[in-house]
Amino acid sequence: MKPFQTLRAVAAPMPMINIDTDIIIPKQFLKTIKRTGLGVNAFNDLRYDENGNENKDFVLNKKPYRNAEILITGKNFGCGSSREHAPWAIKDFGIQCIIASSFADIFYNNSFKNGILPIELPQEQVDTLMKEVQENPDVLIEINLEKQTITRGNKFSLNFDIDPFRKHCLLGGIDDIDLTLEKKNYIDSYENKINTEKPWI
Amino acid sequence: MRTQQTLFEKIWNEHVIHKQDDGTCLIYIDRHLVHEVTSPQAFEGLRMNNRKVHKTKTTLAVADHNVPTTNRTNGILEEDSRIQIETLRANCSEFGVTLFDMDDKRQGIVHIIGPEQGFTLPGMTIVCGDSHTSTHGAFGSLAFGIGTSEVEHVLATQTLIQKPAKNMRITVNGALSTGVSAKDMALAIIREIGTAGGTGHVIEYTGEAVRALSMEGRMTLCNMAIEAGARTGLIAPDQTTFDYIKGRPMAPQGKKFEMAVSYWKTLFSDEDATYDKDIVINADDITPLVTWGTSPEDVIEITGIVPCPDDFDTEEKKASVQRMLDYMGLTSGMHMQEITIDKAFIGSCTNARIEDLREVAKIAQGHKVADNVHALIVPGSGLVKEQAEKEGLDKIFIEAGFDWREPGCSMCLAMNADKLEPEERCASTSNRNFEGRQGRGGRTHLMSPAMAAAAAIRGRLTDVREF
Repeated sequence: MKPFQTLRAVAAPMPMINIDTDIIIPKQFLKTIKRTGLGVNAFNDLRYDENGNENKDFVLNKKPYRNAEILITGKNFGCGSSREHAPWAIKDFGIQCIIASSFADIFYNNSFKNGILPIELPQEQVDTLMKEVQENPDVLIEINLEKQTITRGNKFSLNFDIDPFRKHCLLGGIDDIDLTLEKKNYIDSYENKINTEKPWI
Repeated sequence: MRTQQTLFEKIWNEHVIHKQDDGTCLIYIDRHLVHEVTSPQAFEGLRMNNRKVHKTKTTLAVADHNVPTTNRTNGILEEDSRIQIETLRANCSEFGVTLFDMDDKRQGIVHIIGPEQGFTLPGMTIVCGDSHTSTHGAFGSLAFGIGTSEVEHVLATQTLIQKPAKNMRITVNGALSTGVSAKDMALAIIREIGTAGGTGHVIEYTGEAVRALSMEGRMTLCNMAIEAGARTGLIAPDQTTFDYIKGRPMAPQGKKFEMAVSYWKTLFSDEDATYDKDIVINADDITPLVTWGTSPEDVIEITGIVPCPDDFDTEEKKASVQRMLDYMGLTSGMHMQEITIDKAFIGSCTNARIEDLREVAKIAQGHKVADNVHALIVPGSGLVKEQAEKEGLDKIFIEAGFDWREPGCSMCLAMNADKLEPEERCASTSNRNFEGRQGRGGRTHLMSPAMAAAAAIRGRLTDVREF
């Protein structure tokens, strides 16, 4: 996995609440057997009309937001299905960081597995950021994971919280399975124990 | 460790293999269910890294999301769907995983076949690359949906890296009234706590009304825990649970069953266990419910009227309500029972078990589906279908004008050929009314099986208590 350390990019405002995984990537695109190539279908039904033409009003079709690498959005982002196609599509579109007042659990977890940084901030800070990028579309927002800061030049600086272990894995681009396989002895002895104590498993 | 533990904490602690200083745990996974949509990239990951499936005998695969529900002798016409199922077949064969293929009568929706086979058992950790894995919590297991990276992690190691969730208890006191089902209970809870109400928590459902539910009803309730934002839902196992499991093909038999039951009987929350959130609901207050919007929290009594944006507190919710009314093609103030439908869908991992079909048959008997409605009944598995036919339910359905289909996920998420056309309106027993969920531009109203059957017959949303 590619490490996430710092990012300086355009941020797109998407002030809707409860953006679900069917909105992020509709089911017809789940038939792929690959992880890549879903960016063109991210937010499909909002982004394109029935004939596949771009909806001019949709934020990610507007300049400069179509080059956004940061998304600022409403609460409970990513609710619904466990489909990892949602973070795959977002990542493939080019977005590497999502800022919201809350995330659905499975989406939040899936983001980290794909090198995307989801940042939870209090609602009033999200509102401030949302207003800032709506009023100043071209401004670049800077994210520093090591320092846990969101800044815009000298104009403002916010701090965010993140689980230390998730931060460590994201900073180093660490693969979970390798980490777990280092604990193979623990797995083996656990399995020996349940074979005796709970033979029905 | 606290001496007084919740059911969730008991199961969690039993499965911790290793704990880091920061509280991150490596937990053991007892059962892994696999389907065609969220597994291809996981198997590909194993192949690229030259890894094997760690424990094939506790992994079970089935094709459900893409399968046709009409005659299967012609195979799958749509190429992408066919490739996805062929890929599952090839992966299971290469890695030695048991697969219930399309021609196997045990094939069906992944969350229906697990319990049906006795693969799902109390006290277990159960995962699947599907959010509705919470269904299995009905057995007092810790069952949750995971993404494809974690599917790969479980295939390779039989473990997951996790932090414990918080505890939430929902007590439903009293008894459900006639015409009110587990589905209404699930919708009432989501209306109460919202679609993010359970975020970060495992919900334990308890109280007289929950205890009184059959295993089918408990599965419906736990199925929709994810719609309340929870990691999962669970219910302490009891005699109802043990009776359901006994004799199922993959369940322990004889002495092993007795040994298992004595362990399962220890799976309850201690009297003084504490919860981060505690909600109490009266079953007597629950009436037949339907959704009017595009989020499962947008729930209203069938006797109610379509709300207006000003009924809500925050600016963001007002904006969201206006958007939903536009999408759903509804006007504030209209009676829910005036809303006419084009389709009815009875099926999904929420409501496609035999008990659900019996409820539908009770309503359908002696009636006809309205002329303006196409009503589908999609059983949850080949065995549910077989049982329904043994009881003669299929004859009642066909006689009443319902379209009786082959098992699969079908129009719950419309990955196969069963879908809504733009602006078509559906009375659906599934779990999500999201925009586009049942087909682009499709309009979904969630409700119980009996309510969906009543709507199919009247051609509009209907109070099932009138039947």
